Amino acid sequence: MGVTQGAEKASGAEYSKVLGNNVLTTSLDLVVNWSRSRSLWPMTFGLACCAIEMMATGAARFDLDRMGVLFRASPRQADVIIIAGTVTHKMLPVIKVVYEQMPEPKYVVAMGACASSGGVFDTYSVVQGIDQELPVDVYVPGCPPRPEALLYGLIKLQEKIMRERNTFGAAIGAGDVIPG
Amino acid sequence: MSQAVVAKLREAFSADVLDVKEYRGEVTVTVKKEEIVAICQFLKDEAGYNFLCDLCGVDYLGQQPRFMVVYNLYNITTKERLRVKVPVEEENPRVDTVSTVWSTANWPERECWDLMGISFNNHPDLRRILMAEGWVGHPLRKDYPLQGPDREPYQGRLS
Repeated sequence: MGVTQGAEKASGAEYSKVLGNNVLTTSLDLVVNWSRSRSLWPMTFGLACCAIEMMATGAARFDLDRMGVLFRASPRQADVIIIAGTVTHKMLPVIKVVYEQMPEPKYVVAMGACASSGGVFDTYSVVQGIDQELPVDVYVPGCPPRPEALLYGLIKLQEKIMRERNTFGAAIGAGDVIPG
Repeated sequence: MSQAVVAKLREAFSADVLDVKEYRGEVTVTVKKEEIVAICQFLKDEAGYNFLCDLCGVDYLGQQPRFMVVYNLYNITTKERLRVKVPVEEENPRVDTVSTVWSTANWPERECWDLMGISFNNHPDLRRILMAEGWVGHPLRKDYPLQGPDREPYQGRLS
């Protein structure tokens, strides 16, 4: 009882103040970008040796989970597709289908030399860089890149998402998207 | 032991055996392509070569005839091997299928057609097996450009 009375007394004195410390004001951009960049869910999808390195990045030692990066086994639930390995012309239609199945907004990370440029496979059967077919956001060099490099690439992607403007506003009809 | 098989083969198909070579215990018989199915049937039934390990094509660009189809046979009972080769000319390269003798020949023959462009008569399902659907050309031929027909060939590093 005593506690309640004390609270009433105190609150009575502060009614004149505006809402105290309980409210933060921010922009819609900041909240949306923050929530998107801190829950980047990649597609569980590997093509070659880079996929081994990607798995190592996801495992306990490097631990992608601590950054909110959780691998999802369905493109319907994924935000980012990490092209981890050599893309052959035979595999390309499959990658495009998986990419089309991902909901917007979606991001593409080209991991390693092969996904970025074809790498050492300068041959008829290999796509010379996935950027010929998909819009790549971040290129991670290396053959294969160390887990630290992939982590750095994903942090760069987070920074890029934080620079986006009005992507959510455009969805509710307020202005044009300004990509990050 | 393989020499006995070759002797039997020479007896039955004297006009069709072009060449017999032995190198380090491996016997290679070159035969005419017109009789390849009959010869394979003979080798399976009479000589016990009941397993076709592999079937592949070779491109001897600049030689006549240009192609060879190679059949690597294995006798599971006696653990003996025999190699049969068939020359195929460049103009309209076709061989009769041996998938009627060993049904395992189906996929290697598809691969041979896909990559080397050697067609197989009476094959049950002659589609591409390795290259993407709608691919034009046969990339394991020696005159196929390495970087593909739609790209400038690599000229070496400039610096």
